[in-house]
Amino acid sequence: MNLNEWAFVGIFLAIAGILPAVPILLGWLLGPRKPNPIKTDTYECGIETVGDTWVQFKVQYYIFALVFVIFDVEMLFLFPWAVAYQRLDLFAFVAMTIFILLLTIDLFILWRKGALEWT
Amino acid sequence: MIPLWMFLVVGAALFAIGVFGVLARRNAIAILMSIELMLNAVNINLVAFWRYLTPETMSGQAFAIFVFVVAVAEAAVGLALIVAIYRRRQSVVAEDMNVLKW
Amino acid sequence: MIELPTLESLNVVVTLPALALVLGAIVLLLVDVFLPERRRWITGWLALIGVLVSLGITLLTTDRTGEAFGGMFVADSFTAFLNVVVLITAAVGILIAMDYLRRTDMNRSEYYFLLLFSTGGMMFMGAANDLIVIFVALELLSIPLYVMSGFRRPETRSEESALKYFLLGAFSSGFLVYGIALIYGATGSTHLPAVWAAVSAIVEGGSSAVYLVLLGAGLIVVALGFKVAAVPFHMWTPDVYEGAPTPVTAFMSVGAKAGGFAALLRVLVIGLPSLIVAEQTAAAWVDALALIAALTMILGNFAAIMQTNLKRMLAYSSIAHAGYILMAVAAAGHPAVANQGVQAALMYLLTYAFTNLGAFGIIIAVERNDGSGVSLDDLRGFSRQRPWLALLMAFFMLSLTGIPLTAGFVGKWYVFWASINAGQVVLAVIGVLTSVVGAFYYVRVIVRMFLEEGSADLAQPRLPRTLRAGLIVAGLGTLIFGVLPFLAADMTTGIQIALAALGGG
Repeated sequence: MNLNEWAFVGIFLAIAGILPAVPILLGWLLGPRKPNPIKTDTYECGIETVGDTWVQFKVQYYIFALVFVIFDVEMLFLFPWAVAYQRLDLFAFVAMTIFILLLTIDLFILWRKGALEWT
Repeated sequence: MIPLWMFLVVGAALFAIGVFGVLARRNAIAILMSIELMLNAVNINLVAFWRYLTPETMSGQAFAIFVFVVAVAEAAVGLALIVAIYRRRQSVVAEDMNVLKW
Repeated sequence: MIELPTLESLNVVVTLPALALVLGAIVLLLVDVFLPERRRWITGWLALIGVLVSLGITLLTTDRTGEAFGGMFVADSFTAFLNVVVLITAAVGILIAMDYLRRTDMNRSEYYFLLLFSTGGMMFMGAANDLIVIFVALELLSIPLYVMSGFRRPETRSEESALKYFLLGAFSSGFLVYGIALIYGATGSTHLPAVWAAVSAIVEGGSSAVYLVLLGAGLIVVALGFKVAAVPFHMWTPDVYEGAPTPVTAFMSVGAKAGGFAALLRVLVIGLPSLIVAEQTAAAWVDALALIAALTMILGNFAAIMQTNLKRMLAYSSIAHAGYILMAVAAAGHPAVANQGVQAALMYLLTYAFTNLGAFGIIIAVERNDGSGVSLDDLRGFSRQRPWLALLMAFFMLSLTGIPLTAGFVGKWYVFWASINAGQVVLAVIGVLTSVVGAFYYVRVIVRMFLEEGSADLAQPRLPRTLRAGLIVAGLGTLIFGVLPFLAADMTTGIQIALAALGGG
């Protein structure tokens, strides 16, 4: 294995580490420290935080997440198809149309069953 | 080039870690994660075998995608079951599932 | 240019039975969301029609054989026979569930879709000619069953059974894919005839890749052993069978076994029959399977004696029956009796399907709405109140034991005969002896019903029509194959999967 090829990666990693570290270090060394309650508060879009962080999510959230994950991963089948699209014939197009049609039916049934409603 | 056996060792090690996780962990979600680890170890094997042995056919790669998708379908069903059980019992520890004799 | 199939080479006709069922399930899903609440009862009947249509197509196209989807899907006599077994199972599974779901307040139409999709998985399993299809079909079979076990949903035991089944099932599918990956690595293909050719070459060439194949085959046997509940991978069975709603248990005990054994036969008899190492005459997996079969028969039958709950008893009994079928699978590893072993396994599956569905149907009739009333003691004095049902139950119990003039006897006869022809005399003797042990607990059920006094307090005053229809189908099947065994012989002699593959490989 030629180490010189990999030296670039090492140098790149070092630079990538140094670049953000230097300003943070300088700020820590030179900046004054005067903490007060507002400053130490958790930053959340500038709005005052309400309640505890460890709250229970609505169960609907999990259903959303599960549905999303399934549809997301089904898209995996589209990638090889799209990459090879130029070289495929009509059959592959029809097959993928059927696949997407089935996914659409799934989505439709989820909607009718009320799985997409938040309240 | 990295030899094939290195990939196989990584795959076997991950699979063994997954099996250990399933047998040793008590939390149902941790068991589910270990199962996912096992399936992904298999994916490493499949893609490595495909790249080194039969790069001219697609079956290894295609199989890996199928394993992904089926793993997700399984995880979705499993998580739904776990959420349903958690809502009633406030616990997903496998040892607490003792109404039926194991 | 990537080679792609044209529409003619797709050979859609041979895939019609399975495709019709899955398409029917999808259409049913769509129809169901439009049905108003008070019309939901239609869904069950539509599902039944879907199963019957698929059964009709199967029977009409039995002579249409061939490959489809680029050789991944194969339709032969094995596929057709297995389709008939699982479709009958699905039809009876729907019939015995209809009234039960209503009276136990589980009347959600999802039961029927899940059952149809699971049946589709079993059918694809019987038609699988590629390791990828076997994996996907196994998951299509299992995932709906995980959900169905938890169907009695706020009930704790049902949820627990679903989670246990899910965790162990997913764990075992991990082993399955690892085994498939190793076989793919050793042979460079997932297509079963190609695997067969590659394994033959590896064995003849004395290549060290044979260890990879052996390891892969071992992992696949472990994974499928989980699915068919063979010892030592049976731990989940009693818990899951007890916790799941009874119609689900009935469907699962037959269907999952049929699917699992179909996969086992396809992989071992088509893919790996030439895996003959160390100067033996039979495939290397025969000894392992014979050992598993012996352990399964012994443990299943002895553990069943100690059970007081009928569902748990039938769970251990189903473990024992998996052992008998494994005996036939092991016999199929000997080249000379390969076809006979496959025929025996299929025959046993058919007879077991009728008998076991019938036995669970009677449990559904005695079960109370809260799931109790299924212990052995609850059957005391049953014959006084329901003489016909008691007689039918006695008939099913005798068939499970394997008494002549019942279907169970024919199945056992085939299995023992194949086993002796394969030279596995010790295994056959163990099989006969454990059958005698099995007679003990099956006959005990009959004794409770007929000879002991008591007042079996029944859930329902009258037997619902659908349940009665399901019981009639199961009873007739058990009776017909029992008294007309040549019917079964006619059906199975055409099944020649092993030789066809050897010739085509």
